[in-house]
Amino acid sequence: MANKRFKDADMQSIIGWILRAGVIISMSVVFIGGLLYLYRHGQSHVDYSTFKGVPDFVHSASGIINGIFTLRGRAIIQAGVILLIATPIVRVVFSAIGFVLEKDYLYLCITLLVLLIILASMLSGHAG
Amino acid sequence: MSVIVLTLIILIGSYFAGLLGSLTGLGGGVVIIPLLTLLLKVDIHYAIGASLVSVIATSSGSAAAYVKEGITNIRLGMFLEIATTAGAMVGALIAIYIPTHYIAVLFGLILILSAVMSLKKKAEIINQEPSKLAEKLKLNSTYPSVKGPVAYKVKNVSGGFFMMLFAGAISGLLGIGSGALKVLAMDTIMRIPFKVSTTTSNFMIGVTAAASAVVYLQRGYIDPGLSMPVAIGVLLGALSGSKILVHTSSSGWLRWVFAVVVTFLASQMIYNGFTGKI
Repeated sequence: MANKRFKDADMQSIIGWILRAGVIISMSVVFIGGLLYLYRHGQSHVDYSTFKGVPDFVHSASGIINGIFTLRGRAIIQAGVILLIATPIVRVVFSAIGFVLEKDYLYLCITLLVLLIILASMLSGHAG
Repeated sequence: MSVIVLTLIILIGSYFAGLLGSLTGLGGGVVIIPLLTLLLKVDIHYAIGASLVSVIATSSGSAAAYVKEGITNIRLGMFLEIATTAGAMVGALIAIYIPTHYIAVLFGLILILSAVMSLKKKAEIINQEPSKLAEKLKLNSTYPSVKGPVAYKVKNVSGGFFMMLFAGAISGLLGIGSGALKVLAMDTIMRIPFKVSTTTSNFMIGVTAAASAVVYLQRGYIDPGLSMPVAIGVLLGALSGSKILVHTSSSGWLRWVFAVVVTFLASQMIYNGFTGKI
């Protein structure tokens, strides 16, 4: 019966799998977006020497979604970047599930606290 | 500069940054930011944004390998992530109020610390002294070695926790993984074996960077035209690096190369910060 239970080793393989899958998926999206961007704007001139923020179509959620459907390279790259940022956060969510299965409620609380801090960070960015 | 030329330069530079960052456990950000700001004259805000993205790619890419080998102490990482994410959030929030030349100088100082840290002899001392808090938090663990699993105990949990708050804030402020500070907290303060502290630090860096990346993303620091070559280059470099680290035991000369490169970059960042060029 002991080997039926969810153990640390299972959690390790699931976390490893999530991190790998997240990186592969998000970087493939970035790569495809990159090819499109270079194809359409490869010869354009760029200047990053003064901070101007980013163009609106890669800044708002609606702009990015719109950009993906109109095959705008930078919008697709940005979608990939967002998936990449989400990868470690998804890993934390799965750790929380893992701790529930292990019945480790102390670590469930710790994991939820980390998620709460990330959420607060997300919201504070909106306000700022 | 045209998009294609800039992309290729950044791609190649990022590959080597990722390789070195992964081998030394200090992250690729410490090379990326000087490369972008000093060599390519990119505004430091964009450089920080692109570096953060690369930091997440490096950390997740190599952490995936280490976690499966069972070296990473997941509970320890999870517990200390409370401190690093809280610190990262604060760091990212105050970043906009700090003039860029102060950021450049602070960056240079952290770089020098990283260089010194990477050269320090790593004596593998296994702490067996029990600590009540470590016991309660189930932080004591084992790691696999050729002679079978090695058991170790964690010391001075609260001291390590406070150091991690600081490491998180630096990470959020400068857009780097602050691997040096994390390893310092775990090696020196908490007495964790080097192999465990390096891989656990790597494991935490992704979440820490994500906590500040969500702020930077909304502020427009993360430009896709820069993040694309930086993230792809660093990831490929980190993957090469993690293969070398897992399969060979010593990379002594690489640490020296890294330390020399980093010290040079640090002095450049500090000089340019003081003269107000950044």
